[in-house]
Amino acid sequence: MATAVEVRDLKAWFGKTEALHGINMSVESNHATAVIGPSGCGKSTFIRCLNRMHETNPEAKAEGEVRIGGMDVYDVPAVDVRRRVGMVFQKPNPFPTMSIYDNVAAGLKLNGTRNRKTLDEVVERSLQQAALWEEVKDVLKKKSGASLSGGQQQRLCIARALAVNPEVLLMDEPASALDPISTAKIEDLIFELKQKLTIVIVTHNMQQASRVAEYTGFFLMGNLVEFDKTEKIFTNPSDKRTEDYITGRFG
Amino acid sequence: MPKPSRGTAADSSHPEHMGTPDSPRIALVTTARKAPAWYRTVFNLDNAFRGLMILAALCVLGIVGLLVSELMQRSSLAWHAFGLKFFVGSQWDPVSGSFGAVPFLYGTLVSSLIALVIAVPLAIAVAVFVTEMCPKPLRKPIAYSTELLAAIPSVIYGLWAMFVLVPLFRVYVEPWCMKYLGWSGLFEGPPFGIGMLTAGTVLAIMIIPIISSITREVLSVVPQHQREAALALGATRWEMIRVAVLSNARAGIVGAIILGLGRALGETIAVTMVIGNTPQIAKSLLAPGYTMASVIANEFAEAPDDLYRSALMEVGLALFLVTILVNILAGLMVWTVTRGNPARAHAQ
Amino acid sequence: MPSKFVQLRRQVTDRFFTGLAAGLSVVVIGALVAILAYLVLRGAGSLNWAFFTQIQKPVGESGGGMANGIVGSIMILVIASCMGVPLGIGAGVYLAEFGRGRLGQLVRFTADVLNGVPSIVIGMVAWGLVVVQQKHFSAFAGGVALAIMMIPTVTRATEEMLLLVPQSVREAAFGLGIPQWRTTLSITLPSARAGILTGVMLAFARIAGETAPLLFTAFGNQFWNLSPSQPIAAMPLQIYTYALSPYDEWHRQAWAGALVLVLLIVGTTTLVRFVFLRRMMGGAR
Repeated sequence: MATAVEVRDLKAWFGKTEALHGINMSVESNHATAVIGPSGCGKSTFIRCLNRMHETNPEAKAEGEVRIGGMDVYDVPAVDVRRRVGMVFQKPNPFPTMSIYDNVAAGLKLNGTRNRKTLDEVVERSLQQAALWEEVKDVLKKKSGASLSGGQQQRLCIARALAVNPEVLLMDEPASALDPISTAKIEDLIFELKQKLTIVIVTHNMQQASRVAEYTGFFLMGNLVEFDKTEKIFTNPSDKRTEDYITGRFG
Repeated sequence: MPKPSRGTAADSSHPEHMGTPDSPRIALVTTARKAPAWYRTVFNLDNAFRGLMILAALCVLGIVGLLVSELMQRSSLAWHAFGLKFFVGSQWDPVSGSFGAVPFLYGTLVSSLIALVIAVPLAIAVAVFVTEMCPKPLRKPIAYSTELLAAIPSVIYGLWAMFVLVPLFRVYVEPWCMKYLGWSGLFEGPPFGIGMLTAGTVLAIMIIPIISSITREVLSVVPQHQREAALALGATRWEMIRVAVLSNARAGIVGAIILGLGRALGETIAVTMVIGNTPQIAKSLLAPGYTMASVIANEFAEAPDDLYRSALMEVGLALFLVTILVNILAGLMVWTVTRGNPARAHAQ
Repeated sequence: MPSKFVQLRRQVTDRFFTGLAAGLSVVVIGALVAILAYLVLRGAGSLNWAFFTQIQKPVGESGGGMANGIVGSIMILVIASCMGVPLGIGAGVYLAEFGRGRLGQLVRFTADVLNGVPSIVIGMVAWGLVVVQQKHFSAFAGGVALAIMMIPTVTRATEEMLLLVPQSVREAAFGLGIPQWRTTLSITLPSARAGILTGVMLAFARIAGETAPLLFTAFGNQFWNLSPSQPIAAMPLQIYTYALSPYDEWHRQAWAGALVLVLLIVGTTTLVRFVFLRRMMGGAR
């Protein structure tokens, strides 16, 4: 059982405020790990540290060790980290001035891939992996990324992230802005995708976590309170705080 | 007479009893206490006030109307004398009474284009640097310094250009251009120092602030999540700017450039002081020229006859129309990006 | 997996463009510094008491000053403000309080159009409207031209500032039974007072440096003139005339005048932007 992401004593700050107090977590490869917790508990901050997006905020700081595939992400340029770790955001954010094709190909083009054939192949493969191919294959270059529906845009963003072949895919509440049908489609996607890569998904929806993830971590006020198999967390949690949260006593 | 109860502010018959001993008095003045109903409706102070404000607003409309009518009226003499040939003829000879405006159209266009070629890269570079690249404490000083360039009056730009740019161009820049860029055919003739190139350069400095500040606005409106999307794909900062920021702000930047063009077209004094004031069409950028605004500035006050003055008026009308059209076009493009938040889009 | 070469190229490109942007920014700031520094260099030496109190001496004699231009400018600016400020504020009040409909859109659009009209054209129009009727150049004509230029800036500032006053303030007043006109005059306008004043001062600073509209209206005057219905000197006009003349002495005066003008205008603009806007917006602009 290989570990895709190893987090050791990760601390993060926004200016003077400490948002994460020393997180330790091992994320299993080829599995989906859910990160749950009430608002403001630090779950978004946590995954943004994994691909060093946290530091795009000028006042943010992070310390500790995050190893992805053996490489410490703070030892290499952030650009390299983000190529190996993809991210899908809460609100779909396709590039509006680009066509669907160009959106998916954006990451590849930035990495220097110019070969038409290669690009075509990767775009098709990524869109199929994102279960969007059938819907857009005829309008790939004609429609802009922003002209799709919300659910389609989010799948486009997933395809875009998949096109650069990441080892880990981080998803920050990917379905929270979508309708139930689109949400179901994305959850199906996660099932398919985790066979090939590792997924870490932040969600405030506990049912979603229990549907898609094998492991779950419960965050509370910047601390990782409990991390275990999803089944155990939701049926027999070890920590009382976890129990309070999942039974709806708060959050 | 019974005392009004507390807080009946609506009782207008005894203004001195308004309010309570502790709260401020509100004196309501109504002029029509004893007037009949229709009088009160039409002539109360509210309507008077509103009418006065409408009058002020109508004055604004009126001024522009007067502007257009003055220009058209006073140029009609020349219009009837020359018709459309005015805009095709290239002979400006007041002595013999032949007036062709092409040299000025050419001069205005070329000097403005030179200004754009120089100003646009500089202005966009400053805007990108300030919004995306520079460390936070430097932002305001650099942005402010750029705006300061806009506050310097035109005549001072002209003065500086005459005594600093012209000798510089005559001694260093123009000979250099002739030597290394002469193959293009654009840099020929004696290096006077004054001429199109110099005029275009000082114009460029003058329009950098407006292009830059609107570009800055347009860049800052690009949502943060677009930048994050690019970064998450592993883009370097420049790649992120290129892919997520500049392409989203494209339309607005074009609008900013066109607004800069509008400003350059109408600029008078600084250009007049360094362009050479020679009504000719020359291929070389080092040659002296003449713009629409400059010919008016130089010759209007002393124009001895009505036809001459009317011809100049017609030049003015043409300048007015061109500038208006360019500004409207620019305004539309900027509006589509800032989505009708006019406070943000207005520069200076 | 992209090659090391590609990664290096991307790094280099990133650094290059960052450097380019920084470099070009330096060029722009450099231009500003060059202009201001040169003004101080050439003009500071000629600023003496005579400059502010005497009018120009005949050609050949040294000394003298721009006193008539300073006074003339002040007179023209006062005349312009008397016309431009009330009209501008009035139009701004209309747009903010009453002008949400068609007429308002038209007025707003027209004010924007007026803002873009070249100043020389406005000068010509003022010539046609005033100078031709009165058959002579005058400070008043100059005032009219500058007033026309002031109006769009003042109108826009007034409208913006009034719109910033929350509707709840007006509603509180109406709820107390205060009529619209009284609300606007005594409550809404005073709250927006600082911002409107800012707009007026910025408009003032802008027209103080204008030359082109005065060329055929105020026309300029070598001698003292305190009458608004005669041609009058103005600082920008004098600087213009002196600069174009062939006399070194007059050039010297031009530099001095330019320095004074820039100090006043840039000083006013800076003061307004920093002091008033900072205080008003709480530092976040």
